[in-house]
Amino acid sequence: MSSSIESLVNREYQYGFVTDVESDTIEPGLNEDVVRLISSKKDEPQWLLDWRLKAFRRWQTMTEPHWPNLKYNPIDYQGARYYSAPKSVKPLQSLDEVDPELLATYKKLGISLTEQKMLAGVAVDAIFDSVSVGTTMKAELAKHGVVFCSFTEAVHDYPELIQKYLGSVVPYSDNFFAALNSAVFSDGSFCYVPKGVRCPIELSTYFRINAADTGQFERTLIVADEGAYVSYLEGCTAPKRSTNQLHAAVVELVALDRSSIKYSTVQNWYAGDKDGVGGIYNFVTKRGKALEDAKISWTQVETGSAITWKYPSVILQGDNSVGEFYSVAVVNNKQQADTGTKMIHIGKNTKSTIISKGISAGEGQNSYRGRVQMLPKATGSRNYTQCDSMLIGNKCGAHTFPYIEVANNSSTTEHEASTSKIGEDQIFYCKARGLSAEHAISLIVSGFCREVFKELPMEFALEAQQLLGITLEGSVG
Amino acid sequence: MLKIENLHCSVGEKEILKGISLSVNAGEIHAIMGPNGSGKSTLAQVIAGHPGFEVTQGTIDYEGSDLLDMEPEVRAQKGVFLAFQYPVEIPGVTNAYFLRSAYNEIRKARGDEEMDPMEFLDLMEAKLKLVDMDTALLHRSVNAGFSGGEKKRNEILQMAVLEPKLAILDETDSGLDIDALRVVAGGVNALRKPDNATVIVTHYQRLLNYIVPDFVHVLAGGRIVKSGGKELALELEAKGYDWLVEAA
Repeated sequence: MSSSIESLVNREYQYGFVTDVESDTIEPGLNEDVVRLISSKKDEPQWLLDWRLKAFRRWQTMTEPHWPNLKYNPIDYQGARYYSAPKSVKPLQSLDEVDPELLATYKKLGISLTEQKMLAGVAVDAIFDSVSVGTTMKAELAKHGVVFCSFTEAVHDYPELIQKYLGSVVPYSDNFFAALNSAVFSDGSFCYVPKGVRCPIELSTYFRINAADTGQFERTLIVADEGAYVSYLEGCTAPKRSTNQLHAAVVELVALDRSSIKYSTVQNWYAGDKDGVGGIYNFVTKRGKALEDAKISWTQVETGSAITWKYPSVILQGDNSVGEFYSVAVVNNKQQADTGTKMIHIGKNTKSTIISKGISAGEGQNSYRGRVQMLPKATGSRNYTQCDSMLIGNKCGAHTFPYIEVANNSSTTEHEASTSKIGEDQIFYCKARGLSAEHAISLIVSGFCREVFKELPMEFALEAQQLLGITLEGSVG
Repeated sequence: MLKIENLHCSVGEKEILKGISLSVNAGEIHAIMGPNGSGKSTLAQVIAGHPGFEVTQGTIDYEGSDLLDMEPEVRAQKGVFLAFQYPVEIPGVTNAYFLRSAYNEIRKARGDEEMDPMEFLDLMEAKLKLVDMDTALLHRSVNAGFSGGEKKRNEILQMAVLEPKLAILDETDSGLDIDALRVVAGGVNALRKPDNATVIVTHYQRLLNYIVPDFVHVLAGGRIVKSGGKELALELEAKGYDWLVEAA
């Protein structure tokens, strides 16, 4: 039977196409002039340029972290280009003005900026390389006072909000990749939900890296004012290339008193081929700050990228704040992931939940790295961590690095962990009921991930389940 | 329907089945009995296509086709069903979802339309009654945390839903109390039709009080050492297996 499963060949990466659009790209390399050029191309105010330069100078003094459980060739930071924008993009009044090639690209990705999506109740701010090319349902959002626009627009239209919150959760000095992003970020999304407003639709952004050898450095900032609620979906896909591309994003969430932010990601960047050639190097800093009675919930399904380095975290600053992290990370072939979360309990009676499901197949290496920290004043706080690993085949690995620090004596933390191997018995049982091996694996794996999938919005959950199936095809041998 | 000829099979170096021949026709119930380690369960698993056994010699013909040439899922789609001795747990997958997936795969293989979840639940209502199971069981993970008896009933429920042509019950009676045994047997009897057949693998005669077989075969040392009618089971109950094993 094993050979029959082996013969289920890996499906080709569906999104491996390149859009032929004339790009406005600068020469490779990184120095202060490049930072100034990016800033001037975006017509930014002086304070933002100054901030970028401070970040750049800081970055020059930092070294790339080597503590993750990841192996990769050195990244040539001077060999990459730091800005690329489709040239055709000037201020657009409607979708009709968008380059038809771009729209065709979105169609191939299965996202549409047209009425179908509007009927589905999703506003999409699609990022194509570095510049936002279309935003829908703005009027509907505006009625509720919700701001949802590209980062570049936000810098011009809401400078006081950007100045107040940019870097307030992830300072430019936070880490090597955050500093790099702060210096050269090109665009991203900004969302502000005013006091007491429940955002009427799920906000969705589709990121896409297109131009060859262009690092993408997007920046997302979401602010939920007091008592507000917002659910945000982020999906990522990148075309297939033989060289590695760097992706170093920063996402900051600010949840003011009694507000709630739900952030969901399905990450499907190109993972490289089965021999580990090509693929995205994904070094992402995601963090949220929750004030009094606020809640931040991260859900991620990570199926792509050659390398993933990502720890969506919550600083539980306010009393009674809540942090959640639900994660499915899948590695196949030569993929490597070092991912997890940090829950920093500062306020009293704060509560965090971590559910992590790691699936390793092929020669993939999957590490969970988590930090749960209860500071002295975080009395009466609680954490529950559940960390499950599933192995498919004999050449993959699962690793767990939990760090737990409790500095008061009224808090509780719990950590549960399990490792299982997908059983030939389970597969045979399914086959004996008429299911193919492929179907069986996808059924067993989605059962394993169910606690995380149920946190995803419906349409995302289906996509995540399909991606999981595609990623794991041909993985049992 | 099923014609096994001179079947030999091994695990590694060890030969377990040493030349089994058996014919099962539509409408018949066959019981395969024998002491522990005689190869009863192996025979059941080989018919279902378990990858752990290597068939070294012999043939199995199922409705005119070579059964050994088919993947396990194809056998299932063509109406072969094995009620497992040790049903497998699949955490996180609800019983209802699992069953509907299996049901629809089989329908697809027959060229029928897939059934939607609502319709399927209606179908389940009726089938649940047959094995005296609570609806709540549908929404629990497949076999996870089920008691021994619940697992066995669940196998019969699957059989009731999938309506196989050839059902093989592998020690379905083991670990069942008398009430559960009655329920399971009642289910099997209710599903009996002129165009399907059942092979019951059992160590004890007990189950055969409730499901009356047309033929009884005694398996010992990898061979069928005696075949007879339903009265053979009673004889075995009275005399044990030793006299047959010795005679063989």
